[in-house]
Amino acid sequence: MIPALQRAARSVVVLLMVMTLTFAIFYLAPIDPALQMCGKPCSPEDLEAARGFMGFDQPWFAQLGTFLVAIFTGRTFGSAEVAVQCAAPCLGYSFQLHQSVTELIGDRFPVTFSIALGAVALQALFGIAAGALAARRQGGILDRTVTGVSVVAASAPAFVVGLLAVVVFALQLDLLPSGGYEPFIESPLQWARHLVLPWITLAFLNGAVYARLVRSSMIEQLGLDYARTARAAGLPERRIDRYALRNLALPLTTLIALDIGALLGGTVITERIFGLPGLGALLLDATSTADLPVIVGTTLVGSLLIVLANLCADLARPLLDRRLAATGRRTTTLSDHGTGEPDPSDSDPSGPDPTSSTHSIPRPSRTTQETSP
Amino acid sequence: MSDSTRATDAGPAQDPGSTGDPDLLALRNLRVTIAGRPILKGLDLTVRAGRITALVGESGSGKSMTALATIGLAPASAQVTGSARLRGEELLGRSPQQMRRTRAGGLGMIFQEPGQSLSPVMKVSAVFRDVLGVRENIRSRPRAAQRTRDLLASVGLPDPDRTASSYPHELSGGELQRVVIALALSGDPALLIADEPTTALDVTVQRGVLDLLTRIVRERGIGVLLITHDMGVVGEIADDVVVLQGGEVRETGTVQQVLGAPTAPYTQTLLSAVPRLLPSLERASARSSAEQKDGASTRGDDDTAARGDDDAATQGESDPSRGTAASEPPVVRVEGLSVRYDRRGGSHLALDDVGFEIGRGQIHGLVGESGSGKSTWGKALVGLVPAQARVLELDGTDPRSLSPAARRGVYARAGLVFQDPASSLNPRRTVGWSISEPLHLAGGVGRADVDRRVHHALEQVRLPASYTQRLPHELSGGQRQRVSIARALILQPSLLIADEPTSALDVTVQAHVIEVLREAIEEARFACVFISHDLAVVGSLADHVTVLRRGRAVEQGTVHQVLGSPRHEYTRALLESVPDPSRRLREGQRPACESVGRPEATMRG
Repeated sequence: MIPALQRAARSVVVLLMVMTLTFAIFYLAPIDPALQMCGKPCSPEDLEAARGFMGFDQPWFAQLGTFLVAIFTGRTFGSAEVAVQCAAPCLGYSFQLHQSVTELIGDRFPVTFSIALGAVALQALFGIAAGALAARRQGGILDRTVTGVSVVAASAPAFVVGLLAVVVFALQLDLLPSGGYEPFIESPLQWARHLVLPWITLAFLNGAVYARLVRSSMIEQLGLDYARTARAAGLPERRIDRYALRNLALPLTTLIALDIGALLGGTVITERIFGLPGLGALLLDATSTADLPVIVGTTLVGSLLIVLANLCADLARPLLDRRLAATGRRTTTLSDHGTGEPDPSDSDPSGPDPTSSTHSIPRPSRTTQETSP
Repeated sequence: MSDSTRATDAGPAQDPGSTGDPDLLALRNLRVTIAGRPILKGLDLTVRAGRITALVGESGSGKSMTALATIGLAPASAQVTGSARLRGEELLGRSPQQMRRTRAGGLGMIFQEPGQSLSPVMKVSAVFRDVLGVRENIRSRPRAAQRTRDLLASVGLPDPDRTASSYPHELSGGELQRVVIALALSGDPALLIADEPTTALDVTVQRGVLDLLTRIVRERGIGVLLITHDMGVVGEIADDVVVLQGGEVRETGTVQQVLGAPTAPYTQTLLSAVPRLLPSLERASARSSAEQKDGASTRGDDDTAARGDDDAATQGESDPSRGTAASEPPVVRVEGLSVRYDRRGGSHLALDDVGFEIGRGQIHGLVGESGSGKSTWGKALVGLVPAQARVLELDGTDPRSLSPAARRGVYARAGLVFQDPASSLNPRRTVGWSISEPLHLAGGVGRADVDRRVHHALEQVRLPASYTQRLPHELSGGQRQRVSIARALILQPSLLIADEPTSALDVTVQAHVIEVLREAIEEARFACVFISHDLAVVGSLADHVTVLRRGRAVEQGTVHQVLGSPRHEYTRALLESVPDPSRRLREGQRPACESVGRPEATMRG
């Protein structure tokens, strides 16, 4: 399919741009990794040697080129007996931690993956349920509670919610551990026990967006003609709710995919509060020690995940709304039967434009709480 | 209630086929109040089995509220009092659950917009599965599929399987309305309520749906409450008529009584507002004979199939003594305009070689069904869609030959009016601001001058100058459309493109807006392209007509030629489809149900 290829190509372009930008920051930052490695006292000759060893003696575009090539072929820093190997998907080498960035990220990724998956599942589940219930009881106590809580949740800072959760559930009630991580393979139960609080914290913060989106869209959907037709045919209200939710599948999928991408990139504050050694913690540590290769590598992986999630959501759109399937844009199928041959310019029998307000998410104004920069 | 109401309780005239059925639906003194505002002020209405009762009124008359109150779907804020009995059983005061079961068991409902009556992300078959589960207690999938097929076939859909496996956007408006009717017929309802079932459809499609409704009534002996604003539709299929205005019944009777000899002044107003082909043709013929002196400038396009050059030649050249108009060059001169849209797997020719000329003060009607390319023509003329044309001149200049800046200046010589005035005016801006916006965009106009021209534009559309301070929601639909026209006229255009300007309006309002438009044209002498699907409206207004079908001009000529003696079969089909309030009365045809005895068996008891 041509549109799919186009989208994929566009994603690659975005990634290249992100890469160049992060690399530019790396290059322009007033930090010299070679200076850190050089040791004290640092003679100009030692510094120059360190630069050469790390490849910083090259012009910036040559460095970018080497960096890009290294992703596919791997890279060797230095030579002979002091050489440092960085294997195939090489995203740089941390001379502070004496590990390749790829390895560092690989070690931390399962933690972040566990956090992200559980959090997204929880926030989607509770957010959608709360929004749908609120829409059904518009103006009632439940609706006002959901609306109120979601305002608080959407505006509460992660460290407040996270610390409150630790204080209440771990310290006061002593139900759950206050932090740390247990790998899933060692003990699934301990794995879950350690992750419950971070999941709840993130779901509370991000779920508010789902609740608000679902509430307002459901109210709109339940007032549309098709809901009225279903009601007039005698269908029970619960069935009509399901019709409405099916019509929300498109914007919700986009939202969920973006959240997965964003959370997989690492949750800085939550990981710090709960002592979870994920990508966010890695990034935070790297920032405080000015470990530039790690910063560049994690940023890159984070944006790769977001772009990938976006791409998946884009490719799934035509499956969720057949009106988008015929062409990538606004769609009317040319039907030769009957007399109502739809014409893009004349009255459109396919109803509202599927890409119009109903399905547009107020995404740009929203910042997912708690993600890596 | 009006004193002109008659025969409220007597019901229709003695029906020879009647077997003494009780009234199927009896609304008595039905009142609806929302937030202290009375919407319905005591409505009496009867629907009998095997008959169609039409509830006629303009928007805001409370006719849709009548339907919603009857089926228990009035908004929660509405207070409904009085009595609504279905087969003798009171409907008002039932719990929502009971009403839901009542709807599922014995009521079918059809709404106006077939394109939006079905969930866009579900196949037709999925909707039927759900509905059949509730209305006919069918749980097994194969049985549901079989029943769906039967229902779809029974409403005249040629390929039920294809329809069932389609998504709504893959079906045409007429097909969708048939699907919705099939949905309403599931569970063999005794009563069908149809709220403006054909208003959103093209005339030929409307004709088919009306025939279908008549057939259903005849075959199944069910009763239909038909809600409409269109006296033409009433005249075509209704048996009994209730005329509603502002929540009050103005007149009740059989279709012969109400349409043949209306007593209420309001009914007469409604009837006289219906644009009719025959009187408009007489007027047109009077105009066209006057035109012979005035000199017509429209020529049939060379390639137009039916109406050849002979007409254009006779019309243009036969009369050497042309008046002033002849010496003026045409405002619009277009030859061979084509528009092609790219689609997946090829391209689609939206317009194929359509051209004509329009002189000053002339109105050219562009008629066709949806998808015929009529709107595209107007858009292509002012560069809103990319088009190709051998000749394209506006005021003697070809905008394509100009720089982009100069081109904008030429396009500013054309004013545009769109169908829906509610969405073409900025809801947060005053009328004065909206009207003067083109002046501000053009620039170089002083404040006092702006005010003066805004007032003049309002005067042209017969609105008082005080309206400049109003917001669009404070105006009625007709007033909003007149504001749109004023905005289009503010730059004193030489051409007005009016794209379905009255389709969203009630008939009486439509008549008024058309009158305003006609006067403005007579006064300012601009050329006008009047795009419409409504042949009668075009016939009452235009000097020349082009009939479009699938992007091709099938017929072109003066309104008298084209509508008076159509040559192309498509024009004839269009003409025959126009609903006419008095056709049946003229032809002495009796209402549908009386011609066939009502089969008692189909009534579920």
